Formats: sequence, C-alpha cells, structure tokens
Amino acid sequence: MASKLTLSNRTGWTFALPGFALIVIFIVLPFFFAIGLSLTNQRLLSPNATQFVGLENYRQLLGLGVVTLEPERDDAGEVVRNEAGEIQYPRLREITRSEAYPQYRGMREWFRWQSGENVMVVIASDVVFMKALVNTFLFVLVVAPVQGSLALMLALLINHKVTGINLFRTIYFMPVVVSIVVVSLLWRFIYDGQNGLLNSILQGLTFGLFQPVDWLGNPSTALPAVMAMSIWQAVGFHMVIWLAGLQMISPTLYEAAAIEGASKWQTFRYVTWPGLRNTAVLVLVVITMQGFALFAQIDVMTNGGPLDSTQTLVFQAVERGYGKQDISGGSTISVILFALVLAISLTQRWLTRER
Amino acid sequence: MAFNPDNYGLRLFVRYLVLCLIALIFIFPLVFMINSSFKPDNQLLADTSSLRAFLPVGDISLNNYFGAFRRAPVGLFVLNSVLVTGATVLLSLLICSLAAFSFAFLRWKGRDVLLSIVIATLIIPFETIAIPLLLLVSKLPWIGLDGLHWGWLNTYRVQIIPWIADGLTIFLFVQYFKGLPGELIEASRVEGANWWQVYYRVVMPLSGPVLATAAILKFLVMYNQYLWPLIVVQQESYRPVMVGLGYFFQLNVAWGEVMAYLTLITVPVLIFYLLLQRAFIASIASTGVKG
Repeated sequence: MASKLTLSNRTGWTFALPGFALIVIFIVLPFFFAIGLSLTNQRLLSPNATQFVGLENYRQLLGLGVVTLEPERDDAGEVVRNEAGEIQYPRLREITRSEAYPQYRGMREWFRWQSGENVMVVIASDVVFMKALVNTFLFVLVVAPVQGSLALMLALLINHKVTGINLFRTIYFMPVVVSIVVVSLLWRFIYDGQNGLLNSILQGLTFGLFQPVDWLGNPSTALPAVMAMSIWQAVGFHMVIWLAGLQMISPTLYEAAAIEGASKWQTFRYVTWPGLRNTAVLVLVVITMQGFALFAQIDVMTNGGPLDSTQTLVFQAVERGYGKQDISGGSTISVILFALVLAISLTQRWLTRER
Repeated sequence: MAFNPDNYGLRLFVRYLVLCLIALIFIFPLVFMINSSFKPDNQLLADTSSLRAFLPVGDISLNNYFGAFRRAPVGLFVLNSVLVTGATVLLSLLICSLAAFSFAFLRWKGRDVLLSIVIATLIIPFETIAIPLLLLVSKLPWIGLDGLHWGWLNTYRVQIIPWIADGLTIFLFVQYFKGLPGELIEASRVEGANWWQVYYRVVMPLSGPVLATAAILKFLVMYNQYLWPLIVVQQESYRPVMVGLGYFFQLNVAWGEVMAYLTLITVPVLIFYLLLQRAFIASIASTGVKG
C-alpha cells in the first residue's frame, strides 16, 4: 500500500506509541535490567550501595571442578582399608578448605563415582543450582517428545468425522482452561502416599501386589510425577495445534495415496508427517518454552523437595530473587535461563529448517 | 477391502470405547474436585483412595462453601480477579489493536524497526524477566488523586498495566489486519474519514474473530495467573483468586473448604469454556501459543 493515503508519520506514531511504550517499559527494559543486575551485587533491601562485580555471580552459580581422591596409603604404600574392607579416602573438605587449592574454595560435593582405586568427585559452587539445571533439562527432554507424540496421537484419533467427536475434543481440551494451580492441588491427592487414588488404582490392577508409593515425597519419583501431571494437563493444548496442522493438509493428497493403494502407515509416513513439518517445529518450540518456565506445579506440589529433587531454574530464580531478596542472584539465573531458551529455539529452528 | 457391516460396527464400537476411556482420564480430577466439595473432611479423605471419590455418597452438604467464605474473603478475591482480568482484557484489545492498526495500515518512519522489536519480544518468556520487573515496579512513580507515590507493589495497577501490551496480541492483530482488503481503507480515506474514524468505524467492526481470539487468550492468562501476583501482592485486599488459595493452607488445612473454593473459582471458567468452546479452541489453534 505505497500510496500517499497511507503515509502519516504523526498518526502512525500516535497509534503505535502506547502499545510500544508499554512493551519497552515492561518487557524490553526488565530484560536488559536483568543482564545489568546480574553483573552487580544488588539486593532488594540493602543499606549498602550496589557494586559492579563483573561475572562473579555467574562464577558463583556455574563454578565446577573435578577432584580425584586417591586412597590413603600406609607407610608401606599399601591401601588402607576399614573393618568392612572398604578403601579409605581422604575427606573432601581437606581439599575444599585447603589453602593449596584456592580455586575449589567453598565448593561442595555434587556427585562422585569410582574410577579404579581412585574416586572422582564433581564439586560445584552451587549444588542446588546444578540440580535445578539438570532437573529443568530432564523435564524438557522427557516432556517434549512424550507430550508432543501423545498429542499427535490424540489429534489423529479425533480427526475422524464420527458422531459426537466434538464432545471428545471439548473434554480432552478441558484441563488446559483450568488453572495449573488448581490442577496441581488436585493431583496432590491423586499422588498421596496413604490415601492417594493412584496407589489404590495400581493396587487394584495388580491384585494388591503393588506396594504404595509416596509419589511426591520420594526423591526418585517426585520429578517423574510432576512430569506426568504436566503432560496430562497440557496435552490437549498441543493436540489442538496438531489438529490445525492436520486440517491444512490437502485432501487430494490422501485421495492420491488411496488410489495408489498406500497402507495406513505409508499414508502417515509419506503424506501426513511431511505435511506436519511446520506444526512439529511449532509444537516443539512451545513445549520447550513452557518446560523451561516450570514453576507453579513445583511451588504448589513439592516446593523443590524432597532433597532438591524437583528444583527448577524458575523456582530457584524466584526463591533467590524474591524469597531471599537476592535480586542479583535471581537475575543471573534469569539470564542463564534466557540464554538456554534462546539457544534451544535457535537449534530447533536450524535442525528443522527448509533444505 | 470388502465392506463388512459387522466388522465396521465393531470397529466403531472400539473407537468409541477408546475415546470414552481417554475422556475419563481427562475429567476425573474435575469430577473428584466438584464431588469432594460437598463432603465433610473426614469422609473426603477416607474416600480419596476409592471410587467413592467420584460418587456423591454419604453426607452431602454445602457446609464447605459456608466454611470457605468464613475462612477467607472469597468474594473479595473473586472481585479482584474479575476486575484485574476484565480491565486488562479491555485495555489490551484497545492498545494492541491500535498499535497493530498503525503497523498494518500506516506508513511512518521507524515502523519496521518498532515492529521488529515487538516481534523479538515473543521469545522472552515472562518467567525470565519476573525478578527484574519486580524491582522495576517497586520503584516506579505513580500520580494518584492524592499526589505522587513511589512504588507499585500491592495495587491493582501492578497487576494490570504490565500485562496490557504484548507481542503476541499485536502480532495476532497485524496478521488479521493484513488479510483485510486494503482498498476498503483507502476508499474510506478518499471519502474523507480520518484515521481514528477508519479504525473504529471500518476496521473494528470487521475484527470480531480476532478480537475474540485475543480476548480469550488474554482472559486465560490473566485469570489463571499465579507467579506475578504471588510476588507483587502481599496485601490481602488486592489478592486474586489463585493466590488467595494461600489462606486455606494457613494453620490447619481444611481440604473440604479447599475443594469448595477450587470449585467456586473453576466452574465459572468451565461453563464459559463449554459455551464458547469453538472460539476457545480456535483461538489456540490459530496461534499455537498460550501465555
């Protein structure tokens, strides 16, 4: 529309300004603010002036080291063993508190493994943050493929024109409109160790053989339980996106496949799936973004526990920035989170680019 | 493949069976919630481990609802949520459609740069800016009827103003406006309409579908909001419904009352959804993004 009729500098600015200004103040500015704060020691209520500390906050969060512990040996050079026959190692704190290793100062053990006679110990400046980082990645790595493919299966299931199919579509989508806070509370009952519905269903199905599990109270089941609930809650959302993609595929392609005598699997493999390429990228990007933002479920269901097994990046950012009033620490986590989201969505786009 | 009526009927039966079983998986927590809200605490807890959780058996009463209203200012929470959600949705439709109108129909210096900035914000998840935004709003000025204030915490404005404009809503409007015939706009200009008149006499009356889409998305985000009000609202009188839940977990947890409260704040949304489900589903299908 390159005509004089649409040329209007003053009106153009006037109409766009309120919206643009709000976006700059409340999205763009805080974004750069986060980067700036992460380089300082700002706290919410502090009598001291804010100081520039460079990358200190990042070092505090991301600091890692690997220490090799060699077995203690007696004067003859023999490995010292205790009564149970286990090899004796020096205490880790002899290294993390030693003047000889200033780079390991204040670090704590994250995990260790045996390597021959030696023990390798991975130490981190911030073990809780490391757990949050790993949990967030685990969450996305499990939820993205499982939720994405379940949603596709549901979409294929309801893409048939049979009577009443609309009712099922409506029901499958229902949890999406219900608040995640409400849903999380309800699932606390389902997961309960004593009176939980899940335990009694499993016991019923196995004729009493199944031993009840305190799903949210056990470090090895808490994160999977949160994953399962999150998949359940939003699968209808992604089903609808897949459905929109399915309906964009031209019916003539299916007719052609039918004439060629393609089997159901062949039709899916050579007609449906190629037609869903762009939708697949969209679904993956959206699930990943939602996965990295995991917060409400954790806050309502587990509070990061038990034993930090459900810590996540957003939960840590909020706990530090708000709970502990450590604004710079919270901002640093926010920046790391943003860098991850950006890197992953760029990778996804690159992997699925048009060739 | 020969057509076999028996076989066809069987396949149809299996298909419906599968559809129904999956439907059960999706609605059972909601049935449990509504059903439990009518049971006294001891019965509710005893029933959670069996199918009785889904059946209205035993003492059924409205006591939990009365209890919920006694325990917390439930009416106030609902009012706060309705106010914040309503105001944000309306302001968002106005401000974002105006901006999009300008981006889609007008030519002005800086337009392309500004639009790219708006689109770029789409990849910033709110969670990554929540903490610096908290610091920002705690120091922003505000001119009220009683003079100048500093700090926006514990107000309605802190729950409304940062949420009015967002890249997604503007993007939705721009996409829709680009689909409208440009001749229509030019014709109105030739007829002597000013831009404001083109906006509200010509474009807005044609924008029903996109207004509905944007309104539904914003409604879902605002009504279900948790993280933001959790950190910016400590004062009870400004709490929205999702954060108001905290009341029920102070001292002893009265689960029956919790269920009554959850039912009260969820069922209206579900009814709204069931009435407008086509619009709800279409709004998400057209964007692929919520929140």
